[in-house]
Amino acid sequence: MDKNKTSSDSHLEQVLYSGEFTLTGELGPPKSADKNDIIEKAKSLKGYVDASNITDNQTAIARMSSIASGVISLEQGLEPVIQITTRDRNRLAIQSDVLGAAALGIKNILCLSGDHQSFGNHPTAKNVFDIDSIQLINMLYKMREEQQFECGDMIRNGKKGPVVEPKIFIGAAANPFAEPLDFRVMRLEKKIRAGADFIQTQVIYDMDRFKQWMEEVKQKDLHKKVYILAGITPLKSARMAKYMKDNVSGISFTGDIIERMEKAEDQKAEGIQIALEQIEEIKSMEGVHGVHLMAIGGEKSVPDIVEKAGLMPRPSVKEMKT
Amino acid sequence: MIVAEQKPFEQIFNSVKNYENIMVLGCGTCVTVCMAGGEHEVGVLTKQLILAAKQNNVNLNVEELTITRQCDKEFFDENTTNKIKEADAVLSLGCGVGVQYIVELFPDMIVKPGVNTKFLGANISQGLWSERCGGCGECVLDEYEGICPVARCAKSLMNGPCGGSSNGMCEVDPENIECAGQLIYDRFKRLNKLETLLEFKPAKNWSLSRDGGPRRVAREEMMFDDE
Repeated sequence: MDKNKTSSDSHLEQVLYSGEFTLTGELGPPKSADKNDIIEKAKSLKGYVDASNITDNQTAIARMSSIASGVISLEQGLEPVIQITTRDRNRLAIQSDVLGAAALGIKNILCLSGDHQSFGNHPTAKNVFDIDSIQLINMLYKMREEQQFECGDMIRNGKKGPVVEPKIFIGAAANPFAEPLDFRVMRLEKKIRAGADFIQTQVIYDMDRFKQWMEEVKQKDLHKKVYILAGITPLKSARMAKYMKDNVSGISFTGDIIERMEKAEDQKAEGIQIALEQIEEIKSMEGVHGVHLMAIGGEKSVPDIVEKAGLMPRPSVKEMKT
Repeated sequence: MIVAEQKPFEQIFNSVKNYENIMVLGCGTCVTVCMAGGEHEVGVLTKQLILAAKQNNVNLNVEELTITRQCDKEFFDENTTNKIKEADAVLSLGCGVGVQYIVELFPDMIVKPGVNTKFLGANISQGLWSERCGGCGECVLDEYEGICPVARCAKSLMNGPCGGSSNGMCEVDPENIECAGQLIYDRFKRLNKLETLLEFKPAKNWSLSRDGGPRRVAREEMMFDDE
């Protein structure tokens, strides 16, 4: 990616490009057709984050689609990043969805392989995995930069039709805490080479490891080739922390986080306090361009966190440009 | 080899109990090696069926036979053919290929499967078999130095391990599934060629796999003119 220019009309890209410390907020679609659920969550986030980030059947549980939810977020004036996993759709379905999403005004897509279906509520489902997350990144890149489908056909409706490619700002995930540890920066480099513009990391509860990973990232100058958003999730309870430590692969804890949560009288408040301290530390880190807040089921707590973190007001890039 | 596992006995018994004369037919190849449907298993299952028939007051005559291979015409000799034809139903302990091959050779015969065909795999230790090949039709083992991401990664990830890799194991079943990405990483490290893992692996051509429809291999040089 060339960070000296922008590649899409994405507001998120504009904010990152402007050099502002950027904030995105996770928005989980409902397990129902309840449009109001998205409207309420989008209202909570609007003005406090630069983009919502909408999960795609997260943890392999069937939910309202990320594209539909993204359009509802957009209607509320909150730009969405929609997630696409390669678990549920093949290259045909994904490219068709990308064209549709772009036509509906979606400008950011986060490319994931997705949690295995065995973790969700349809464990007997067949998975797809026609392509992996890195191949998905490259597919979106090829669509945007070469105006071509994966198969090489031009993105146009017949020989005389206009070429109308989806101009997507391409996101990817990085997990500094998963194994093999030595491969994690290589994998980031692979994603950048495949065409990723921005990165969202796994939630950080192990700041030492995150710093070490960032050091390796900087040694290879990768932070100059991609925007990095650090993943932050406020802990709700000591129990949640222990559950994640014991049961979720690729999440690591260090220091006194669990101990602090256990000792706290108000565990929820302590969780937010820890998140605020992490954001403060990340703000001063070279090469980290912002934070992705994943307040799981707690979109309403985001305004409070953003205000306390001293990150208000959010930049209005459109005004900055004019 | 093809690895199979015998179906639960109750399911087997229920599938054959309404036939008077059944033939339990074993296979001397893969299912013998993985101890699911060879001569020994045929013998044990035959005794179990006779016992269960007595206990349930069912009139069931059970014959047993094991042939070298159920997926090749030449092993269905005259003796075998006659014995099969005497039965009302065949309970095949061959893999899914064997069951279908018998149906093709004996179009009037009822053939019931006695095993669940699992995968193409290897014997890892006594009593343990593990999947190694997904039969994708275009072998990628050269690119991965002998470790297959298609068959051995739960997501068939071609560009390295996802975030669910921990202590060398896959989050889908941390007790039993090794992370293929970790295995590939370790192998490349051992061979001193880690930097080649940076190479982008493009989307795979699945048309050569089952996705292209049922496959066949045709070798004209081996065919007789009248075939």
